Amino acid sequence: MGPAVTDKTTPLHDEHVALGASMTPFGGWLMPLRYTSDLAEHRAVRGTAGLFDLSHMGNIEVTGPDAAAFLDHALVGWISKVREMGARYSMICAEDGSVLDDLIVYHKAPGVYSVVANAANATLVLGELEQRAAGFDVVLKDVQPGQALIAVQGPRAAEILRATACLEEDAEISGGTAFADLRYYACMGMRFEGEQVLVGRTGYTGEDGFEIWVPAERAVSLWRALLAAGEPFDLVPAGLSARDSLRLEAGMPLYGHELDTTTTPFEAGLGRVVRLDKVSDDGAPIPFVGRDALAARKASPPARVLVGLRGEGRRPARADYPVVLRGEGSEPGATVGTVTSGAPSPTLGYPIALAYVTPEVSAEGTELAVDVRGRAEPFVVVPVPFYRRPQN
Amino acid sequence: MADFPENLKYTTEHEWLDGSTPAVIGVTDVAAEALGDVVYLELPEVGAQVEAGAVVGEIESTKSVSELYSPVSGTVAEVNTEAVDNPEIVNEDPYGKGWLFKVEVTGTGELLSAAEYAAHTGN
Repeated sequence: MGPAVTDKTTPLHDEHVALGASMTPFGGWLMPLRYTSDLAEHRAVRGTAGLFDLSHMGNIEVTGPDAAAFLDHALVGWISKVREMGARYSMICAEDGSVLDDLIVYHKAPGVYSVVANAANATLVLGELEQRAAGFDVVLKDVQPGQALIAVQGPRAAEILRATACLEEDAEISGGTAFADLRYYACMGMRFEGEQVLVGRTGYTGEDGFEIWVPAERAVSLWRALLAAGEPFDLVPAGLSARDSLRLEAGMPLYGHELDTTTTPFEAGLGRVVRLDKVSDDGAPIPFVGRDALAARKASPPARVLVGLRGEGRRPARADYPVVLRGEGSEPGATVGTVTSGAPSPTLGYPIALAYVTPEVSAEGTELAVDVRGRAEPFVVVPVPFYRRPQN
Repeated sequence: MADFPENLKYTTEHEWLDGSTPAVIGVTDVAAEALGDVVYLELPEVGAQVEAGAVVGEIESTKSVSELYSPVSGTVAEVNTEAVDNPEIVNEDPYGKGWLFKVEVTGTGELLSAAEYAAHTGN
């Protein structure tokens, strides 16, 4: 731990306090943990919609003639393939292939990209990108200050955005998409009270939903407009606690839990984001930071793999608890892994967890246990995601 | 806002007990609020000997695990199986249906009045 520093607050801080939120430090920021009940907020996102302040997320804008080539070099994904107004989940890795952060890259205007990083890693990611920019004609800009990021997530999210006062389409800035046609993992420009905002159909909850970047001075106004428009749809403000249980049900990794500097994307089951096949226009392989280590890692069997666990009892597993073989009665057997995230699943009604285990015990249906403070609680390996939203 | 019935005694660990025999014990609404939604309760066994100030169980919420302390010494007379089956009643009604266990009291630890507990929690 470094020296104590004051946590930053977002442009929506006073709104959270007025709504009675419990605030918690998170990634250097003071963020809403919950407003009323974790479970009620979680269920609202699954059933209707939730409103989140995500202004703590890092946002680095990349412009310049080499922007796409630079991102192909700096990140593991094939970013030059991302069409205009598209978004892509990617990662920034070290030379040894370990994950420095997981990111979403938005191609938000022709040749203009936003790299959205986790709050706790935003400074590190900016520093890494600056180092990797040597020799590329690009400009990097930290655009997080001066902006807020508000998400509406849940099956009613699209209706709520359509009903939001002063949130309007403008063909001049939309990027060629009508709101009605905005696809999952795509983005568009819109106007809110005349100001340009960026609307991405992305999220971290396993539901349909939108993330909106708005100038800080319009943040409170947009927050209130969304809450007002959402009232008939039972929209509720939702905190980090619900966000964490939602992403866990959806099987999405959280940096610091499933991903860290001791992990490569392959162990995390996210090898698909590593584009060893990316080539330039002339067909030559594109070198990128971490490529050699990742190619070697892909070719060798991993020492541990990320699996989903379903609790057979009622007791949840928590991060860092040992995964063990079933022993005699409630005696834990030999340790075969570690839980990275765990919680009671509000939607499914039983405990769920993500864990790294040795490959021998990673097959679906393998009966394991988690050492819950000295007692072996039975868990079984299940597919991830735990929850998939109903498709229309 | 926080509510501390005058007829109860409290501990700095956010348990309450009443004056009946056996004494009924639960957690305060300050504890219920701080924990978040309670999802699992581990309570002492009926007949177990408990000591004032000692850990007798666990209260697990969506996000955290907290230890449950006994405010008194004695023998556990009854546990609230309804709360074990439906832990959300601890949040909904911490001084009523969400009680946790009953003890035949042989001795007490340091107990606070409602006013003292309110001062302790800054309410």
